[in-house]
Amino acid sequence: MLVVETAKQLGAFAVDVSFISESGATALFGQSGAGKTSVINMIAGLLTPDRGRIVLDDDVLFDSKARVDVPPSRRRIGYVFQEGRLFPHFSVRRNLDYGRWMSGHAPDPTAFRHAVELLDIGHLLDRRPGKLSGGERQRVAVGRALLMRPRLLLLDEPLASLDAARKREILPYLERLRDEAHVPLIYVSHDAAEVRRIATRVVRLEAGVVAETGGVELLDATHADVLA
Amino acid sequence: MFELSPQDWTAVQLSLRVAAVSTVFALPFGIAIATLLARKEFWGKALLDAMVLLPLVLPPVVTGYLLLITFGRRAPVGAFLADHFGIVFSFRWTGAALACGIMAFPLMVRAIRLSIEAIDARLEDAAATLGANRVWRFATITLPLALPGIIAGAILSFARALGEFGATITFVSNIPGETQTISAAIYTLTQVPNGDADALKLVIVSVIISLAALIAAEWLARRATARIHGA
Repeated sequence: MLVVETAKQLGAFAVDVSFISESGATALFGQSGAGKTSVINMIAGLLTPDRGRIVLDDDVLFDSKARVDVPPSRRRIGYVFQEGRLFPHFSVRRNLDYGRWMSGHAPDPTAFRHAVELLDIGHLLDRRPGKLSGGERQRVAVGRALLMRPRLLLLDEPLASLDAARKREILPYLERLRDEAHVPLIYVSHDAAEVRRIATRVVRLEAGVVAETGGVELLDATHADVLA
Repeated sequence: MFELSPQDWTAVQLSLRVAAVSTVFALPFGIAIATLLARKEFWGKALLDAMVLLPLVLPPVVTGYLLLITFGRRAPVGAFLADHFGIVFSFRWTGAALACGIMAFPLMVRAIRLSIEAIDARLEDAAATLGANRVWRFATITLPLALPGIIAGAILSFARALGEFGATITFVSNIPGETQTISAAIYTLTQVPNGDADALKLVIVSVIISLAALIAAEWLARRATARIHGA
């Protein structure tokens, strides 16, 4: 379970959110500029909140009162970035293996094979990221985050840089990820259709605060049309 | 025939040694300061930036004189290093290497800094979420991606060190076999009757070495870039 109660002033824009995410897939849903990426950057430890606390499975990651701020490298939270951010100087295989390498664990060929099969990226292993299509790149990025054995997986608009056909190609993989990987997901998106397919719960952000939380039926209400 | 006198040959060898040693020792400092300037905001950054560039704009004689009153045998730092570590710079080839390293430092830092600034810092964030601490992020992401710039910086620094004259001659004088580099030897030859022919030979050697260094820099940097992108 993830508990987030954080506030951060970013220039003229303020983010002040509280929500709880149980297991399964929680969508952070809202228009661009609603503060979605700031929120998951705070969860990952890439952005330091001004105040508040972040607790994952009883493990305090951030607490401004207790002066706790676990660095991102020790949070064990996987992050799939909008633009993939694969390391250009490593092959796909070494990108996938990077988290395992940094953790110092022994290679786990079974886990590696599972992730490669789940995302169907076996034929890409010896390529460099520069030689991948947008969709392939995002699948490798998901695999890389998954193979670090995260306690939580953050996905920041993983489909936003792709065209409609590529999106349709990747969505089934994300559904399999949700159903088979046994890792809670936080899925950031502004696309109601996408969220409906992936998420089990929705946290709707508006201008830096949580407007409402609930099930995917939230998306059917009136404001969904405004966003579409 | 193109034949160097033993003394000229000594000057060529000494120049290569001085340039190589100064580059090797300056490189870790160059990488550290370039990283600091490229990635961190801190109080006094503008001052550090200016200090690094200073040898480029100061008259070399001034740099040499400053070295003399800092690292000379009886100067504060020089005496300390000599008494406690047995390191002596004044009137030694090591002093020439120090002068060359400092004169070439701005070029080295500039090349490395530009290449680090060109790296997407968000890749380092990605590495952090994958469990890489600060040291590993630097070693596995920043350093390899900056490699073309580091190679370019090192070779620029080497070539600059080969040509150093003013600071070196001011700091460690012009002693054949100890501190007389190619530049100092050419200068000496132009000051004696009938020295022109020998001076010209050294000029040709100097041009060849510098050209080779630049071509090598270009080739190595290209190769490193190709390796990064997997071509």
